[in-house]
Amino acid sequence: MNIRVTLGALAGAAALALSAGGASAQEKLKIGFIYVGPVGDHGWSYQHDVGRKAIEKAFGDKVETTYVESVPEADSERAIEQLARTGHKLVFTTSFGFMEPTLKVAKKYPNVKFEHATGFKRAPNVSTYAAKFHEGRYIIGQIAGKMSKTGTIGYVGAFPIPEVVAGINSYFLGAQSVNPNIKIKVVWANSWYDPAKEADAGKALLDQGVDIIAQHTDSPAPLQAAEARGKFGFGQASDMERFAPKAQLTAIIDNWADYYVARTKAVLDGTWKSEDTWGGLNAHMVVMAPYKNMPDDVKKMAEETETAIKSGKLNPFKCPIVKQDGSTVECKGGAALSDEQILGMNFYVKGIDDKLPQ
Amino acid sequence: MRLELIPRPNVSPVMRAIAPVIAFAVAFLIAGFVIWLMGRSPVSAFQVYVLHPLADTWALQELLVKATPLALIAIGLSYCFRANLWNIGAEGQFVMGAILGSWLALATHGTDAGPWVIPAMLVLGVLGGMLYGLIPAFLKTRFGVNEILTSLMLVYIAQLTLDYLARGPWRDPKGFNFPQSVTFDPAATLPAIIEGSRVHYGALFALIAVIVTAFVMNRSLFGYRLRLTGDAPRAARFAGFDPNRTTLAVFAISGGLAGLAGIAEVSGQIGQIQPSISPGYGFTAITVAFLGRLNPFGILAAALVIALTVIGGESAQIMLKLPLDLTLAFQGILLLCVLSADALVSYRVRLVGRGAHA
Repeated sequence: MNIRVTLGALAGAAALALSAGGASAQEKLKIGFIYVGPVGDHGWSYQHDVGRKAIEKAFGDKVETTYVESVPEADSERAIEQLARTGHKLVFTTSFGFMEPTLKVAKKYPNVKFEHATGFKRAPNVSTYAAKFHEGRYIIGQIAGKMSKTGTIGYVGAFPIPEVVAGINSYFLGAQSVNPNIKIKVVWANSWYDPAKEADAGKALLDQGVDIIAQHTDSPAPLQAAEARGKFGFGQASDMERFAPKAQLTAIIDNWADYYVARTKAVLDGTWKSEDTWGGLNAHMVVMAPYKNMPDDVKKMAEETETAIKSGKLNPFKCPIVKQDGSTVECKGGAALSDEQILGMNFYVKGIDDKLPQ
Repeated sequence: MRLELIPRPNVSPVMRAIAPVIAFAVAFLIAGFVIWLMGRSPVSAFQVYVLHPLADTWALQELLVKATPLALIAIGLSYCFRANLWNIGAEGQFVMGAILGSWLALATHGTDAGPWVIPAMLVLGVLGGMLYGLIPAFLKTRFGVNEILTSLMLVYIAQLTLDYLARGPWRDPKGFNFPQSVTFDPAATLPAIIEGSRVHYGALFALIAVIVTAFVMNRSLFGYRLRLTGDAPRAARFAGFDPNRTTLAVFAISGGLAGLAGIAEVSGQIGQIQPSISPGYGFTAITVAFLGRLNPFGILAAALVIALTVIGGESAQIMLKLPLDLTLAFQGILLLCVLSADALVSYRVRLVGRGAHA
């Protein structure tokens, strides 16, 4: 045991020696990020990297940030530990699949603080955070409901996990609220990031008479497919307007910057503690890109809905919520479904004809 | 003008031995040049990439963890490739071994099952991979179906079966419907060889496989039969060796070792079932087998080298902020250099002028 500790210390010293560009290197707070995708995906990982850059901008010389990209979830423990043992005191692991590895490494490095995105297991030095993207999806659902001429809207999903299912439901409930006869078609890409598959999924939807595509996959490919056919879509994770200037109605932007800056500040101030954060539009973790390519009345409606959700007047999952089979979901959160019910959602709401893969 | 490869009448054994070393040097020179072009120091890159992992006990252990599945699978593949049979489906056999072994882990979860669980899981893992490997072998011997196609296509079936299990029946009931199983009980966890480290018994299995294979290939009739079948199939038939039996045997060995690697990876490293458990070990192992020239000790070395490039690549991202793409490019350059060096040892290049007859 002692030998290993000594060797570890030596290795740490070697690492410092290697990075000894400036004398102040030791005093900087080193912050590490683990990304599941390439940093250039223009979606999920890209937005986390925007958050990382926001930390650098906010704290300048006080921090040093590092990232490791395209880390396979089943083989992530080493990469996370590598960050912990090279002097990073705050580590963000930004995908659900990093949950168990993060906890394992956190146990070994009690002095390192970990922030795990979209997970549900915490520890004294592991916080979790996620965003209520379904709030944004309700808004784009309303826009889609108003804008669709064919009466059928589409959705490219990554995997049928609760977060995605809740997004589809929220999108559909939004559309239904403005057009009770709206129909939805869902195609699963079975990948978070696979531009070719995502494009195929988008085209398949368009071939089936869909004229508005929403997506819960990370590349701009489905949106671009809509652009190519003169149809409409929504950006995912980042503002994708430059990929589809005519097709993008708005985008649901993951804004991690505020949260990352706040957590970094907490570590610098010594006030960091393990928490669970689930913020939405109001907390600025979910941001809507400018509403474009739509008539003024639709734009006005979208803005009003956004304000209503922010103020808490409107909840996409307000009770009663009726399942596909006609049964009403027990309302555990007072006037709306509880956070737990949304986070574990594994049913489609009434009106969706598709069958949820189980 | 064109280039022609002329076989060398006498291949120098010295050259054959040092060819990989030269290849490495050339690969590092090319990569160093690229890093220099990027305005970084090639020397510090070399230190972080190669020397640092080799001088650090933690990194050395991680090297073993990463090399274990690669070596186990590649050793198995060497039996097939020696006999000129093309098992491209080790990835699927790896996954099937993991599935069958994990079934027992999940079936005994939460019970007071004794220490028999882990050995039984390993046996099931071997069986899973073996039976799955025998499918293409059977199709080939019985119906003459090309084993390259069938073994490859069976990979997707295995992967999707795992995906289905992780999202469906094997999902942790308390896991908010997220696609992963419960974490395995201690009784279903392959123990670490060195306490406190991540090096599990799989590394020992790999070492045993190397030694046994070295003996089988060079000292046994079976090894002779394989080499003869591969190098001179007609002669092998005249010698009374049944090619069908050889096919079944090598696929069983290869699949069994891949299955063992799979269950060792899940029970020793990951600790639960996830929708994806391998970042492509089964395919990388094909590279490893050829990098090691199908020689058991060569394969062991090649597995360690590939593991080194992965870990070094992560270190380079963390310490030097070099992009992941550079690591991937370097792996490609390295492979190209090794294969070219091998070719140049056996052949010499002749420049043939225009108009010359072939």
